[in-house]
Amino acid sequence: MSETPEEPAGPRRVIGTPSTAPAAVDVAQEPTEPAFSAEPPAPRHAKNAERVAAALFVLAFLAGCGFIAAYVGLEVGNATLPAGTDFVVAAMRSNLALGTCLTIALLALGAGSIIWVRHLTPDIEIAEERHDLNSAPADRAAFKQDFAEGAAISQVTRRPLLRRTMLLATAPLALAPLVLLRDLGPLPQTDLRHTVWRKGLRAVTLGGLRPLRPADMSTPGSMITVIPQGYQDDDNALAKAGVILIKFAPGELHVPTNYDGGTLVSTMNWTVDNIVAYSKICTHVGCPVALYEQTTHHILCPCHQSTFDAANGANVIFGPAARALPQLPLMLDAEGYIVAASDFTQPVGPSFWERG
Amino acid sequence: MSDNVKSDAVKIPPAVDGVGAWLDDRFHGAKGVRVLLKKVFPDHWSFMLGEIALWSFVILLLTGTYLALFFTPSAAPVVYHGSYTKLDGITMSQAYASTLNISFDIRGGLLIRQIHHWAAIMFTVGLMAHMLRVFFTGAYRKPREVNWLIGIGLFTLALVEGLFGYSLPDDQLSGAGLRITQGVMQGIPIVGTYISYFFFGGEFPGQAVIPRMYILHVFLVPGIILALITAHLFIMFHQKHTQMPGLGNTERNVVGQPFFPYFLLKGQAWFFFIFGSLAALSTYAQINPIWLYGPYTPLAISSASQPDFYMGILEGSLRMMPAWEINFLGHTVSLSVLIPALVPLGIIFTGAALWPFFEQWATGDKSFHNINDRPRNAPVRTGIGVAAVCFYGVLWAEGANDVLADRFQIPLYTITWISRVAVFVIPVGAYFATKRICLGLQRKDANMLAHGVEIGIIRQLPSGEFIEEERPVTPEERAVLESKHVTPALPAPLETDVNGVPQPAARGPLGRARALANRAFTETVAVPESHGNGHGNGHGELEAGEHAAIGSHEEH
Repeated sequence: MSETPEEPAGPRRVIGTPSTAPAAVDVAQEPTEPAFSAEPPAPRHAKNAERVAAALFVLAFLAGCGFIAAYVGLEVGNATLPAGTDFVVAAMRSNLALGTCLTIALLALGAGSIIWVRHLTPDIEIAEERHDLNSAPADRAAFKQDFAEGAAISQVTRRPLLRRTMLLATAPLALAPLVLLRDLGPLPQTDLRHTVWRKGLRAVTLGGLRPLRPADMSTPGSMITVIPQGYQDDDNALAKAGVILIKFAPGELHVPTNYDGGTLVSTMNWTVDNIVAYSKICTHVGCPVALYEQTTHHILCPCHQSTFDAANGANVIFGPAARALPQLPLMLDAEGYIVAASDFTQPVGPSFWERG
Repeated sequence: MSDNVKSDAVKIPPAVDGVGAWLDDRFHGAKGVRVLLKKVFPDHWSFMLGEIALWSFVILLLTGTYLALFFTPSAAPVVYHGSYTKLDGITMSQAYASTLNISFDIRGGLLIRQIHHWAAIMFTVGLMAHMLRVFFTGAYRKPREVNWLIGIGLFTLALVEGLFGYSLPDDQLSGAGLRITQGVMQGIPIVGTYISYFFFGGEFPGQAVIPRMYILHVFLVPGIILALITAHLFIMFHQKHTQMPGLGNTERNVVGQPFFPYFLLKGQAWFFFIFGSLAALSTYAQINPIWLYGPYTPLAISSASQPDFYMGILEGSLRMMPAWEINFLGHTVSLSVLIPALVPLGIIFTGAALWPFFEQWATGDKSFHNINDRPRNAPVRTGIGVAAVCFYGVLWAEGANDVLADRFQIPLYTITWISRVAVFVIPVGAYFATKRICLGLQRKDANMLAHGVEIGIIRQLPSGEFIEEERPVTPEERAVLESKHVTPALPAPLETDVNGVPQPAARGPLGRARALANRAFTETVAVPESHGNGHGNGHGELEAGEHAAIGSHEEH
């Protein structure tokens, strides 16, 4: 290419510039007529392109037939397949066959269409003139006049009483749809301040619904999720009343504090045998705080990484949560099982306006 | 010229002709539909981005209708005894059970479900790419501001629609997302608990939310989206497309290929490619395997819970925010929830909606624009756009901070601290860097116009001197390079008269702000006068002649 630097072979595209429109020069001379400047493709080239496109369409046809065959041939589900079949494998096999056929059919159709338009049609560009979007001044004036005339006939400007009473009439009707939405749900009342925990209600494990004695958590460092006994099927109750129990080695648990009503109190007597109970509902936006690191006593919310120090009243040490996890007062019942000594003394879960 | 095509003209079969005549007798369509046949579609790859969103939406409607035939929008509990034996005997909502059913008991159900989910992602990707293209090329300028606003509305609705859609199966992952949504709702001052109680029909989770989200997801929101898309396309049709700068392209014309047959074939091909790609993804790239997550229960969660990518910015904002809660007259205001929920997307959406009007105000440019800007020729806009992309990108990446921490072995809190700083620093830095790069590219363009294109050949003269070979720019290149639309600065706004009194327009804080903005917007590199290329080989004359001919065409 170094031989003829003065005469570059054709228009070169400068990197970073949009590609140009070669045929538009002709358009400039004949703006309203199509400019059929491009030669039709060479017959041989066209024949080849036609063959390729047709082959792709045939492929699409075959793949489409394959789709129907796969639908008919590959059964899924326990309603049709014999018991003992791996239904997941059956579904995946069906998905693979159907999806592969559909993919081939669609992509072949697309490829055939593109070859058709790129190699079999002349490269025609036409130019269309733009017209002014704004109306001619005379039209605007005529519109204004018609509008003013209509307004005058209606007397909307001359009869303010009529105008205002009509607007007044629509006001309650405009509010009516909003009023109708009122029964979408009950009012919050004080729901968010309470959970189902009450004095003497046993804490049972989430998995086995087993009540716990302190001896069941003999290993310091263990964490277990518990729920109020009898509420395992009540999602609304569980969404507020989920609790984590954490067992500490003697001396590891610093004197925890928590709000009892509005005042901060020492809550060491809310624990039993170095087992402390915190709400499992994050005080940020309500995810279950499910990760516990034994060595640091950190409770981590997997959603937004609010981190609470379990050894220090579950105070926030990192992340967006603004408040410590509420602590549930614990005691032992007559049979020695861990029970709540009362409900939470402050609202659990995310903040809300009325929380105070 | 057109003989060869005319001689090929297809004879319209009498039957088709008859149907056409029948229709025309009743609807007077020949003239109007002929305009459609000849409708010009300018050719540029970036004009296909919006079509990605359009075709994805069509696919969403098709697949969504199919799914609705089998999905049960109910939170009522049911004991599962279906084909996914690992969950046999588990109590779950009917919504979750029917989604399992679609996945394992309906032939093609899993495929259609996955195409629907991938199409939702493709839809938002297409919307984002299209909006970025429109922004960076200034295609939102007069007269297309309304279509820009409709686009922002569509994007907002797409996010809502997506959130409802992936919450419907009532699996563990989407339930966690819904819980977060509820927590944010509850944090809204004054009305938060009421909104939450009305939306969920009482306490979270309740049983009302699934059927409510369902009707919003399959009827109300897509209905509005469909109406807005229709308006968007009609306005685009009426105002005609913008076009990229190029030889023969003027503000008064639109150059491209006619709808029939070109765009029809290309549009068809593009639809099939998008559909085919979605089918391929759904076949070979599993998405949202809800059977692995299990049914939603309020006390379970998995680590690395991530929403779909378009919600990542909200997730990242929540994760990034430091704890901040205040008490306002005895009421709790949770700023660590409110700020991330409202501010970042608020900045982006409100900023994008106001931008066309801000730009008009700052530049004083009220003229029509049908030729797109090259991004380099609008350094402030491009800089702001890149800053917004960086702002979004940092927040989005922070939404995956736990995954990043795990994959790259970086402490989690370090990532959060980096992003807390980066979200402020990187956009500002990106703005200035982008603006400088744009001006640098303008300088390169000016240089190319003045001296020609370097072709990479160094020649040693007999005297020993080295010179770099250049060739003159072609007319096509020149048309592109000279497309820069230079907005004249507002009349000397920052200057004062002899008494030190500023111009009336620049008085007051608003006037000073406008003067400052105007100064930033009008910073540009002068385009050299169009003249010969200095090589004296005759090319310059020819080009000047051609250019003059085109210039005269522009005037009519």
